[in-house]
Amino acid sequence: MKLITAIIKPFKLDEVREGLSALGVQGMTVSEVKGYGRQKGHTEIYRGAEYAVSFLPKIKIEVAVTSELVDSVIETITSKAKTGQIGDGKIFVTSLEKAVRIRTGEADSDAL
Amino acid sequence: MNKMMKHLAWGSTTLLASLLLLSEPALAQEATMDKGDTAWMMLSTILVLLMVLPGLALFYGGLMRSKNMLSVLMQCTMVTAVVIVIWVLYGYSVAFGGGTGPIWGGFGKLFLAGVSMDSQAATFTDGVVIPEYVFICFQMTFACITPALIVGAFAERIKFNALLAFVVGWVTFVYFPIAHMVWDGAGLLFNLGALDFAGGTVVHINAGIAGLVGCIFVGKRIGFRKEKLAPHSMTLTMVGACLLWVGWFGFNAGSNLEANGGAALAMINTFTATAGAIIAWCLVEKIAHGKASMLGACSGMIAGLVAVTPAAGIAGPVGAIALGALAALACYFFVDTVKNKFGYDDTADVFGIHGVGGIVGAIGTGIFASSSLGGIGYGDGITMGAQVWIQIQAVLLTIAWCGVGSAILFTIVKMIFGLRVEEAAEWEGLDLSSHGERAYDM
Repeated sequence: MKLITAIIKPFKLDEVREGLSALGVQGMTVSEVKGYGRQKGHTEIYRGAEYAVSFLPKIKIEVAVTSELVDSVIETITSKAKTGQIGDGKIFVTSLEKAVRIRTGEADSDAL
Repeated sequence: MNKMMKHLAWGSTTLLASLLLLSEPALAQEATMDKGDTAWMMLSTILVLLMVLPGLALFYGGLMRSKNMLSVLMQCTMVTAVVIVIWVLYGYSVAFGGGTGPIWGGFGKLFLAGVSMDSQAATFTDGVVIPEYVFICFQMTFACITPALIVGAFAERIKFNALLAFVVGWVTFVYFPIAHMVWDGAGLLFNLGALDFAGGTVVHINAGIAGLVGCIFVGKRIGFRKEKLAPHSMTLTMVGACLLWVGWFGFNAGSNLEANGGAALAMINTFTATAGAIIAWCLVEKIAHGKASMLGACSGMIAGLVAVTPAAGIAGPVGAIALGALAALACYFFVDTVKNKFGYDDTADVFGIHGVGGIVGAIGTGIFASSSLGGIGYGDGITMGAQVWIQIQAVLLTIAWCGVGSAILFTIVKMIFGLRVEEAAEWEGLDLSSHGERAYDM
């Protein structure tokens, strides 16, 4: 099992969710986050006072999947979230030791 | 029409005022009181109140960080309430009490002594009067907005009690005497021949200079130029600025004291100068920074309104566009460049917009009064150069009186109360630390 964490542009969330549902991914967790990478921030100017805004709003998606699905999930997120512009985001994959569904007590791949 | 306006401008020199208040019954019988004039002046009075509450309060409030929103709304509200009480107790008397001194109106109308429902105040037309109570209220709102304007200069760090103490002293020793000098028939600047239709010197230069002195005395905010001190709600700032514009028709066209052609000229100028200033500010911003901003448009709006205040019933509608545009460029330069160069922390740019816009407007009035530029023209034997020189003298006198008076008052208040809140209170925000409440539950 793998935990896939993707940071994407906020307006790409719907496309990514639809693509992953089509793959058979059963659920995901989404948060509104702020950060920066190569895109850096922007500046705001109020009557000549300039302020650098370093952190930009992004969406973080967390999806837990079986190892077989990892490649197609990565491929789907990459294709759906891509605009080709700087600031499209990143995908991180980490190993997942255990998963449990709280209601039934099912474990690991049954819980996903 | 033109003849009448010249009479207004020159027979009584400055337009507002000429307060030969007719309280004797004998005169009252000859005078005409027009219900249209009276209704217009009552409406104008309420419009000027709208400028302060909630107009100015929201305009400033939006420019603050969210933790200081209520403190500014509260300061504007309390300043208004305090000045209303002072005005009735002694302010009206000191400014317009009928005394013949060039600086003080005397104590003849303390507690509004002798004023009744039947008392009348003169307008600019011989024999046309309005109820004195209406005149008292109209002038009262001017006395309220001027100290409320100053609040923006040292917002986000001033002690509440120190502010109120300063305002009491300031209206007493700075505002009332200058109002008398400019608007009373016996006043120093009135008799100098200075043109100030609706209060460019009394209200705007006065507030701008006091603001500059204040922000220097109070000192910079913690984090000035290091942290992001950006406006928390440009939406409310825009709402406030627009309420100011609407209310300003009462301020400018109401200063004509009658609902006639003179008021109509002030009205159209209050439209055109403001539009010219908005466009000019946005253009220069686009050239300098690449983008025209909403705050820029609001700033231009206020700069234009400030500049046209002394010129409202004097310049022509097209000349007013140029006057507004010039003021916007001057204010932009002060707000964008001069403030950064000298590093004073004028939170809401009271000096940069009201002070500078007021000075450009006051001197510009001497230029745009010219009939060759569409204005109502000068008095007999007075040239543009002579008028401009008179305007400059009025500006310098106001700057000197207000600058010195404000500095003395801030020194005294600092000794008694201290001017700034504690550092921890400033971090926490004045809403919680001074007033025990929060603007937004977030």
